[in-house]
Amino acid sequence: MILFLAYLAVVLSLSSALLALLIRQQAVLATGFVKARDKGVRLPPAVEKFLVDALSPTRFQSRLQQLVFLCLGLAGLSAILSGLSVLVSDSIVRDQLVLGLPWLPWHVRLDSLSGFFYLIIGLAVAAVSLFGPGYVKDYDEQEDSFTVLGLFTGIFIAGMFMVLLADDAFFFMIAWELMSVASYFLVSFQHQEAANRRAAFLYLIMAEVGAIAIILGFGVIAGFSADYSFTFDAFRDTDLSVTWASVAFILALLGFGMKAGLVPIHVWLPEAHPVAPSHISALMSGVMLKVALYGFIRFCFELLGDIQWEWGVVLLVIGALSSLGGIFYAMMQNNLKRLLAYSSVENIGVIFMVLGLSMIFLDQGHPEIAALGFMAALFHAFNHALFKNLLFLGAGVIQHQVHSLNIDDMGGLIKRMPHTSKLFLVACMSIASLPLFNGFVSEWLAFQTALRVDVIDNAVLRSLIPVAAAALALTAALAAACFVNVYGVMFLGLPRSRHAEKAEETQDKGMLAALSLLAGLCFLVGVIPGMVISLLNNVSIQIIGNALPNVAAVNWFWLAPVSAEQASYAAPLVLFGVLLVGGVSFWYLRRNSALEFKRTETWDCGYGGLNNRMQYNSVAFMMPFRRIFANVWELDEKIDKKSSDVPQQVSEIRYQLQVDDHSWRWIYNPIERLVYGIARIIGRLQTGNIRIYLAYSFVTLIFLLWVVS
Amino acid sequence: MNWIFAFIQTLLFIVLAPLLVGWVKWWKCRLQNRKAPSLLQPYRDLLKLTHKQPVVSHTASWLFIATPYIVFSAMILAASVVPLISIDLPTAASADVIVLVGFFAIARFFQALAGMDVGTAFGGMGASREMTVSTLAEPAMLMAIFTLTMAASSTNLASAIGYVLDQGMVLRPSFVFALFAMILVAIAETGRIPVDNPATHLELTMIHEAMILEYSGRHLALIEWASAIKLMLYGVLISNIFFPWGIAVDFAPSALGTALLWLLLKLAVLAVFLAITETALAKMRLFRVQEFLSFAYLLGLLGLLSHIILEASR
Repeated sequence: MILFLAYLAVVLSLSSALLALLIRQQAVLATGFVKARDKGVRLPPAVEKFLVDALSPTRFQSRLQQLVFLCLGLAGLSAILSGLSVLVSDSIVRDQLVLGLPWLPWHVRLDSLSGFFYLIIGLAVAAVSLFGPGYVKDYDEQEDSFTVLGLFTGIFIAGMFMVLLADDAFFFMIAWELMSVASYFLVSFQHQEAANRRAAFLYLIMAEVGAIAIILGFGVIAGFSADYSFTFDAFRDTDLSVTWASVAFILALLGFGMKAGLVPIHVWLPEAHPVAPSHISALMSGVMLKVALYGFIRFCFELLGDIQWEWGVVLLVIGALSSLGGIFYAMMQNNLKRLLAYSSVENIGVIFMVLGLSMIFLDQGHPEIAALGFMAALFHAFNHALFKNLLFLGAGVIQHQVHSLNIDDMGGLIKRMPHTSKLFLVACMSIASLPLFNGFVSEWLAFQTALRVDVIDNAVLRSLIPVAAAALALTAALAAACFVNVYGVMFLGLPRSRHAEKAEETQDKGMLAALSLLAGLCFLVGVIPGMVISLLNNVSIQIIGNALPNVAAVNWFWLAPVSAEQASYAAPLVLFGVLLVGGVSFWYLRRNSALEFKRTETWDCGYGGLNNRMQYNSVAFMMPFRRIFANVWELDEKIDKKSSDVPQQVSEIRYQLQVDDHSWRWIYNPIERLVYGIARIIGRLQTGNIRIYLAYSFVTLIFLLWVVS
Repeated sequence: MNWIFAFIQTLLFIVLAPLLVGWVKWWKCRLQNRKAPSLLQPYRDLLKLTHKQPVVSHTASWLFIATPYIVFSAMILAASVVPLISIDLPTAASADVIVLVGFFAIARFFQALAGMDVGTAFGGMGASREMTVSTLAEPAMLMAIFTLTMAASSTNLASAIGYVLDQGMVLRPSFVFALFAMILVAIAETGRIPVDNPATHLELTMIHEAMILEYSGRHLALIEWASAIKLMLYGVLISNIFFPWGIAVDFAPSALGTALLWLLLKLAVLAVFLAITETALAKMRLFRVQEFLSFAYLLGLLGLLSHIILEASR
């Protein structure tokens, strides 16, 4: 039954892909339907009436689009169900499919770990399927667009599900490539613009380099396995020497890290995410990065055998670099989706950092604390999927209504888009990890893990982990500043452009329902984190071999992962307190109706003429940060002043700011030059002269004859 | 019983907070050779404000009006989890010290947003500066607090303070570092000189005042009261974490009475120190605040490391 639901999710997403192909076939389908009716095929009258209506030229397109998204929604639903049932029943389901190589059928396995990620993808896909129909209405005029979009969305989602199901290296790589290539087509969806093509190409290159690293990683393990069978079961039984295991670990980190977006191999992310349609960026950022995380966990914690603490240190350093780098770069963006992409780099960094902590504790012989870290990492992955999806879908709604993604073009949207603004606020509070929302719980668990450092004997680790905790604290504070800026500039204040002034709330109920679903989950998980923790316990038992040290203290409203005296958090009590105090003060101060507040002009120091250009925008808001952390970015600030006739008076002033990523200058441009240089040297072999080529073949022949003899 | 006590203790927090503000003001005036207002003046101000009709800008949204209530609730919740005169505090278990920092974050988040809501230059400026200062101060505070929680191996404030109490008077280098970090953070977070000046209304120097410039009437009263509670919270954190002697461990009336006296004494001394530094120092330029707070961050980290390396038993 569980497996049936899991397969159903894959099949439904593939069938939505196929249905999308039909969008141009309205005439064929309509005539086919008429012919079938003439031949005497009888359907119930209600169905027939519906089909006649749906096949009419005017309705066909929107009905089919709805059908495509309905299929996706059902796929998401069955994924949620199968994921939940695996997690609750704590079972491992296996199967073999008669597909693939003759001696290597596709092995399928669904366990707690993949079940948990099935749940994450299912939730995201369900939200996207609600959001999609309203969003793609735009594409009506370009007739072929929806075919491409629907086809590759379906394949992309099916690919992600299949990665989770795979239980041998061959199937895993096929699914992985299906996911990568389909998402390449989605990134290059609006390929009319050169920047988008460039972003998609960059993504493709990095995805393929990553895939090669993963294949090599599997190859290292397979080289030591007993029977070269390439199944994960064989890998699990393989014993690697520490050196080779470390080689495989580095390859996996490179391969999966490239997909997950770790610094410095993150550069495709801020290019690719903004150019894809919003619901696709939501899936890529919220979910595809999590699939990479899944691959990494599966590879390192299960297939590689014994964990070394040095790997944990590597993860800790790279994770800290990613989280700080990601949030620093996010702060300087004014394209909303680019900002969100960088913020994904930050969150992935946090997840890998906590995973590194878990590895260190595991190797040092403290599996109960390792379990705490592992669950904090997975919990944060779950939370990030929820709020990042919400933010990207919210960005989609805003782009739809304001026709811009530049946050400095917006302002005052809280009055014009009351529902979206509230839901977006929930997302901002979650990502800024404020109490009562889900982001806070995972951060809290991460700090609890880091604070258990005193059980470790190794002096290097003892001093390294507090530094990591310091980095985590700084990241969280920066994230709060970043999202105060985002929300303040976009939704508050006076409108900064005509579009923002004329923006209206979206009329599409599906879009708002998708946002509300995710926002509701953010809040629910934030108030009752015990729900997710109890699901995660089974994952942790399976992978780490240990649950939380004190499971009894974790119930639906009390969270005490270590012991009740040492650390506890009861979000429902906090919520109760907030409601009580807020309610009492509100009631007490409002009881005198004569003191109802009065609306007047804003205080303008008596000068008058306040306008929208006098507000702080995001560039101004971030100015103190630019001064304080100046070396973090490659900054190029230019101020042009034109002086007027009156001495000491400036008639015109122009400010230009360009913020670039250090990694381009120090890593990618040198690599590019190197590759180009090598290509030029090799290119000398190719003269285009046929006699030289004949000489090459002759020399080769002689050489081979000499070798053979 | 102890839940009722927690409630009373929180009330005590709320009621005493304006008195502490009045006390600091009194000392500042005396030190500057001015005539001091009565100690009860902050109460009179709050009472007056609650009886005035608030004025709200046309451009303000619901968030502007909701913010004072959110900020006030967050501060009261923060006050309810900090042991004031007894460490037997059941509410301390529902929210540990990381959540306490989270309460401060929630208040700051909404106050900064409210500053940007009206759409003036001042509001945005205040919000931007406040977020800058707190971005540097919050991790420093976490580092200082982690030093304590690691020593006590508990993030529950009540049991952590209990641990320090049990240890008795021991000079620990980590606690000295943490204490100094905490003092620097407290000065920055409560908006005192040399980071910010609570008395200023000069545009270019304001941080906290710039954000709340648009507030009036009961909204302003709530925000002012919340800042008073925040000042007292930091005072109580410093005195009860680093000098917990005198705090009650049970509910015996005599113990509670002496604990209250001790607390008032400690707070009074701290407030005098604050008044002296505020009189002796000048406000820093905004871009020197980062050096001040990076120093606090470094001190916090040093405290943590010296605990890990020098003190913790292996």
